Amino acid sequence: MYLPDFDYYAPPDLVEACQLVREFGNSAKILAGGTDLLHKMKHTELAPEAVISLKKLSELKGIRYLPGQGVIIGALTTQNELADSPLLHRKYRSVCEAAHNMANNQIRHIGTVGGNIVNAVPSADLPPILMVLGAKVKLVNIDGERTVPLDEFFLGVHQTIRRDDEILTEIEIPDQKTTGSTSIRFGLRKSGALAVAGAAVAVEMDGETCRSARIVLAAAAPVPMRARAAERLITGQQITPDLLEQAGAAAARESNPRDSIRGSAEYRRDLIRILTRRALHKAITEGHV
Amino acid sequence: MPEVLRDSQGSKHYLINLNVNGDTYTLAVKGNALLVNVLRDWLDFTGTKKGCELGDCGSCTVLIDGKPVNSCMVLAVEAEGHEITTIEGVSPSDKLDRLQESFIANAAIQCGYCTPGMILAGKALLTHNPHPTEMEVREAISGNLCRCTGYVNIVKAILAVADENPPEGGESA
Repeated sequence: MYLPDFDYYAPPDLVEACQLVREFGNSAKILAGGTDLLHKMKHTELAPEAVISLKKLSELKGIRYLPGQGVIIGALTTQNELADSPLLHRKYRSVCEAAHNMANNQIRHIGTVGGNIVNAVPSADLPPILMVLGAKVKLVNIDGERTVPLDEFFLGVHQTIRRDDEILTEIEIPDQKTTGSTSIRFGLRKSGALAVAGAAVAVEMDGETCRSARIVLAAAAPVPMRARAAERLITGQQITPDLLEQAGAAAARESNPRDSIRGSAEYRRDLIRILTRRALHKAITEGHV
Repeated sequence: MPEVLRDSQGSKHYLINLNVNGDTYTLAVKGNALLVNVLRDWLDFTGTKKGCELGDCGSCTVLIDGKPVNSCMVLAVEAEGHEITTIEGVSPSDKLDRLQESFIANAAIQCGYCTPGMILAGKALLTHNPHPTEMEVREAISGNLCRCTGYVNIVKAILAVADENPPEGGESA
């Protein structure tokens, strides 16, 4: 299996990278880890004239904490670096777990967090947990930068608000009031399988009462989907097993999954009901796990 | 950015230095050259196998800076500046590595096609975690498909080497 030919560029810094993506527009593709891009090029879904590699951009690597602001994750951080980050383990183990449970070990060593977001597939593992934590992404082009809530980033399958001349450089998880978060995914194998469905939640608990909740479903709609009816159902309420059951049912009702080789819409909807309930229970009782 | 050469048709080739098993090879590759093909077809490291060519099966696993990756999903130009280890380089001498011996002793091989990838995945695990649990072994080889053995003896072979490793904390432990 071979790739169509292309011109390869590895700009030494972000400014030059921005110039190149502006110059080539949609005739170039940006290469981060390549686990999605090369896959599509092998199937000739994509045959870009140029491939612009970000590998030299060390400023897009690493995870750090900015006091009073939040955790900043460089877009080129690999999925295994995310899974193994001591900083994230301390603050949001839920993000590490989501990264650890995706793809397989070899892929996680090269696949990046930025790539998993920009590729924009409904079953992507990282967007849901990042969205429930209120993450924002920074998009940079030659003229400047903008920071956008991840919640508003996705427009459809493989479609986002990122313009052709923009590079996603970092993800920020702002300081939280939430008391717990988690994501649960169901795949047909434990390793190397896309999620048939998934649910990520973050909650702010005050004793037995849920002050606020965010729920994002994976593989439930063309984009990672906020389950707002389920969120409303539990916000301000005393949490009981029955209420969580109702929240799961509400998430299933508002979801819009499709039939595919991995599962029927009906099956997915039932998975969403159960995964949402379990994720809520886990985040409420166990914290950021 | 590697030096760019143009052939008579005007196609671009990129001059790269690849470090494979401790030796440096200078090559002019096209942008679309995949690491797996360069290793096999140009440098004759045919121990690196090709299976699915989509990052699912793990038979093309090599170590890049000690980490197992699928060489079918890496551009050769992107591998410059990194240390690549193939199955041919897993042992520094003429003798087999302990893990290779253990695969033989535990009958962890049938057709052998997944074996190079399995051994490199196992080797990477044992290097940073000399005493893995069975679950950690299974996780470490979860990106490597074997269609013959059912994995039981492969897991056994990796655990057998872990058992021979000195206990955690060195001699005094």
